[in-house]
Amino acid sequence: MTELTLAKALGSGLRRALTDDDKVVLLGEDIGKLGGVFRVTDGLQRDFGPDRVIDTPLAEAGIIGMAVGLAFRGYRPVCEIQFDGFIYPGFDQIVAQVAKLHYRTAGNVRMPLTIRVPYGGGIGAVEHHSESPEAYFAHTAGLRVVTCSTPQDAHSMLREAIASDDPVLFFEPKRRYWTKGDVDEDAVGLPMGKARVVVEGTDVTLVTYGPLVATALDAAVAAADDGISIEVIDLRSLSPVDFDTVAASVQKTGRLVITHEASESGGLGAEIAATLTDRCFYYLESAPVRITGFDVPYPAASWRIISCQILTAFLMGLIVRLVV
Amino acid sequence: MSTTVPAKAQKTGEKKQNPEFVQLLDPQGIRLADDLYDPWVSDVTGDQLASLYEDLIIVRRIDTEATALQRQGELGLWPPLLGQEAAQVGSARTLRPDDFVFSSYRENAVAYCRGVKLPDLVRVWRGTAASGWDPFSVGMATPAVIIGAQTLHATGYAVGCKMDGADSVAVAYFGDGATSEGDVSEAMIFAASFKAPVIFFCQNNQWAISEPVGLQAQRPIADRAPGFGIPSIRVDGNDVLAVMAATRSALDRARNGGGPTFIEAVTYRRGPHTTSDDPSRYVDPVVAKEWEARDPIMRVEAFLRSEGVLTDELAASIQDRADQVAAEFRAGCLGLKNPEPLSVFDNVYATEHTGIARQKSQYKAYLEGFDK
Repeated sequence: MTELTLAKALGSGLRRALTDDDKVVLLGEDIGKLGGVFRVTDGLQRDFGPDRVIDTPLAEAGIIGMAVGLAFRGYRPVCEIQFDGFIYPGFDQIVAQVAKLHYRTAGNVRMPLTIRVPYGGGIGAVEHHSESPEAYFAHTAGLRVVTCSTPQDAHSMLREAIASDDPVLFFEPKRRYWTKGDVDEDAVGLPMGKARVVVEGTDVTLVTYGPLVATALDAAVAAADDGISIEVIDLRSLSPVDFDTVAASVQKTGRLVITHEASESGGLGAEIAATLTDRCFYYLESAPVRITGFDVPYPAASWRIISCQILTAFLMGLIVRLVV
Repeated sequence: MSTTVPAKAQKTGEKKQNPEFVQLLDPQGIRLADDLYDPWVSDVTGDQLASLYEDLIIVRRIDTEATALQRQGELGLWPPLLGQEAAQVGSARTLRPDDFVFSSYRENAVAYCRGVKLPDLVRVWRGTAASGWDPFSVGMATPAVIIGAQTLHATGYAVGCKMDGADSVAVAYFGDGATSEGDVSEAMIFAASFKAPVIFFCQNNQWAISEPVGLQAQRPIADRAPGFGIPSIRVDGNDVLAVMAATRSALDRARNGGGPTFIEAVTYRRGPHTTSDDPSRYVDPVVAKEWEARDPIMRVEAFLRSEGVLTDELAASIQDRADQVAAEFRAGCLGLKNPEPLSVFDNVYATEHTGIARQKSQYKAYLEGFDK
């Protein structure tokens, strides 16, 4: 057991994957000597060489498309997309090729790619550096989409994603890169497709993932002071969604709140609200509620940092309204 | 006959190198001398050229049959390759089994040369499967429909070959239209930077559906590659021998650590883009006629007859063989089975996905409702 930041835990996960399987190769911009702009790949090129930790030209379609070819050749590529908002030039290769090749070829060609994407806001960055594009990918058949919220999950889930024979979009909550936590590299954790009940409660089920798990936990603590018991669920996987775990919770609490930083329309919150309304209709005391980013481009950094700070209070206020 | 093909040019020296592109057999079937590319085909015998001639006849016959099948309602769509036979056969026949092809959807002659089974050529076009064959069984990925996407896959595969220490080569087939796609430029950048053993084989057939090549490129397409640091060859794509020579030289460079080569095979799409297209709206019939005169098969026939390799008897037996292949192809096509409804859920993922599993069980229950 070692205490690591979430970023370091990802790095140690990559290190283990490179060590355990010589078919694992890393591709991305600035991942070599620099160690990535967030230093997640720090030291890996030095230790595994430039053929396995590959600095690529600045072209996201190129990175993903090259990884597809490497997968045809039997490799297990891990691509780093430098920032969420930079993934769109690679979107075609991800959606039209990576997601569909196994299906297209009747299972003959596997696409065991992992595509790492730092996502979400709250770091005071400029445009294109604070987006939450996960719903595009969760909407695409053939992709698995996961996100971590703790250093232990960062390490374990990343290794599981790399070992998966399916392509995995691995969203990293960049605002939590510096969060510290104990990491046991050999821990047999919860499978990456499963949601985790982080805090048990009885009054409201609060579903979230990635960067807002910590925010939800703050809300749960604050609510407890008001005598409201919140059950916090970290989804971890956005495709598939572990609806069984969420449904079991809602059947207990009777109330459902979903929160994510991504904008509201067509987001994961809508999917979860619809499915849970269907599955738990007779258990619900009130209509499911979404608290999400607005349907606007990610606003100027200073405004959003403030909004993140008030989100806990906002969540709290809403939950109190639901319960009381 | 076992004499090699270059003999005639060396004897007569009648015609000199074509300045426009590499050409070893002109449209009249005259064998031209080319100091640079003759050595690459100096071992090709008359019999071997006759075998290529048979390939050309057969792939054209398959193509004709496929168009007929579409007109008869047996295929949803077909992209004819009429006019491009030599570019495809001449390149594909030079590859080794351990090389790997990433193509677009018109490369049916390439697929035939790689050993794809006849009915597998039309599974997609008959709508019975999402693709036709197991790529690893023939060393050829199933076609990419998104224009140019496969050039990156070929580059990645080639980088993998290099990392493995293998001397296998990846070949990307694409058209003139694809050269406008960003993926193709990115592929050339990556291939050059990583010195990947890949051949960019561009069939410039002059058309991207209705758009002429002049809309994609203001200069010969082959001129673009050197700007990426990739040597290029402009070759007469209707000359099977020249295409073979160009491809062999590129393969040699790739196998020996020299990295990528770009080949522009200048040809002409004499049919429609697909059976849904109407070229009479945009093709100048005079130009089309000119290209008919540059037919890739006629010149080989003329040469082989002048060399005494092709007799009436041999020509007739090749035509019989082509008809026989077409009959097998038709029977195989008509024998393709429709997939079971529940198979739409198969292979979306390699391992179970709970969302798909739920939808499959719901659809299964729905279908079973009809049995009650």
